[in-house]
Amino acid sequence: MEISRHWRLRKQRYGLMGEICPHCEAKLFPPRDICPECGGEAKTLYQFSGKGEVYSYTTIYEPPAGYEENAPYTVALVKLDEGPIVTAQLTDLGEEQVQIGTPVEMVTRRLRQDGDERGMIIYGYKFRPVGLGPH
Amino acid sequence: MDHNHNENLLLKPNRPVGISGYGAYVPRYRLPASEVARIWTDSQGSLPIKEKSVPGLDEDVATMSIEAARNAMQRAGVPPSRVRAVWVGSESHPYAVKPTSTLVAEAIGAVPNVQAADWQFACKAGTEAMVAAIGFVGSGMADYALAIGMDTAQGRPGDALEYTAGAGGAAFLLGPAEDSLAVIEATYSYVTDTPDFWRRPYAKYPEHGQRFTGEPAYFTHIIEAGNALMQATHTTAQDYQYAVFHQPNTKFPQRAAQMLGFQKEQIQTGLLVPLIGNTYAGAAIIGLTAILDIAQPGDRILMVSFGSGAGSDAFALTVTDAIRERRDRAPHTQEYIARRTQIDYAQYARMRGKLVMK
Ligand SMILES: [Zn+2]
Repeated sequence: MEISRHWRLRKQRYGLMGEICPHCEAKLFPPRDICPECGGEAKTLYQFSGKGEVYSYTTIYEPPAGYEENAPYTVALVKLDEGPIVTAQLTDLGEEQVQIGTPVEMVTRRLRQDGDERGMIIYGYKFRPVGLGPH
Repeated sequence: MDHNHNENLLLKPNRPVGISGYGAYVPRYRLPASEVARIWTDSQGSLPIKEKSVPGLDEDVATMSIEAARNAMQRAGVPPSRVRAVWVGSESHPYAVKPTSTLVAEAIGAVPNVQAADWQFACKAGTEAMVAAIGFVGSGMADYALAIGMDTAQGRPGDALEYTAGAGGAAFLLGPAEDSLAVIEATYSYVTDTPDFWRRPYAKYPEHGQRFTGEPAYFTHIIEAGNALMQATHTTAQDYQYAVFHQPNTKFPQRAAQMLGFQKEQIQTGLLVPLIGNTYAGAAIIGLTAILDIAQPGDRILMVSFGSGAGSDAFALTVTDAIRERRDRAPHTQEYIARRTQIDYAQYARMRGKLVMK
């Protein structure tokens, strides 16, 4: 049971809400209130665009508890256009080959459920290859 | 009945309202109807559609609504803080108790100054939310309200509905007519208590009244609603460039269109069921998004939804100049349809939770 933690993280999880440093304009994700670049206080909310590219990736065949239903799946380090690198699942891969440098965009998906089908559903960001609409 | 054809029956707000932004969503997986026939009928008999869309393992009505809503917001270019209602119509909400709409509102940044609720009226839950949003904006209580119709419907394995029960839908940001890409001229709704289709609590699959689903349910409500709206607005089928109807299969909307006086060319653009299946609360309105993707300023559109239980909402719309610059701000509906990964019945059984794991 970690409902309070899921609740606290909802803005960053659902839509990549991070922070921007008012001193040096570095963009922070995940938000941590202290700028890693200049050490200043950074609490201004910043909405990331959700665009980025695959920095590295691997396919998981032996998933940790709670993620069995989705296996096999691909996890990537995604370098966001604004700078930070985040770890996330890739989704909607279809027949497309993932490569280092593949452009991706954020989507909000089901990550897992807390316990069995009676538990809360946990939603959050994943990334998929860019391929639809204006880009 | 005279009163059925009275101009006073039209629903028209004091302040004119239109669609400021729209967005569609269709998951990428497709199950050909021939796969269902291969398993259950030895591939005998005719097929109601070519294939249906199937949601991925990590998708549900909430995630799909979020993507459609983001598309609608992108087209409208309105800051999310100005959205004063997020209403989601569906018969496949992820929770029995806990709103889908709060999650969508949070994800698009519309919280906390917002109305949020989930709507339920089988396949017309989305258009019911649209009519309410028209009233909300048209009264001046709010400038913008988001109405969504989205479903991931299930049919019992082997049932006729398994061929067609698809996944998808659309979101519409309703706003003042002067900031709209299509003005809603008027709506009209026709509702009776008709037991053509239902699902009891805790039942995974719906029941349907077999023959009851055609004449007394689908056709009666769509024809009554469509005719009443056209008569009260002094229009006929010839006045509309496009028409779109609820589409549980390919034949029903074709026949309804014919009964209302429409030609094949008028309904072609919005008839998506052969390629994505019946998206229930999303079915008529995702057809409307495909029309808006190509319509020209001045074009008139008639949309009539149908929800079992039963009722129809009819809409008369006129496209404005704003369509030109807004429609390319988000993916077109046909792009979602073209993004396609075919699956077989085994993959479908896994993705739709039909495998017993414990
Ligand atoms: Zn800094």
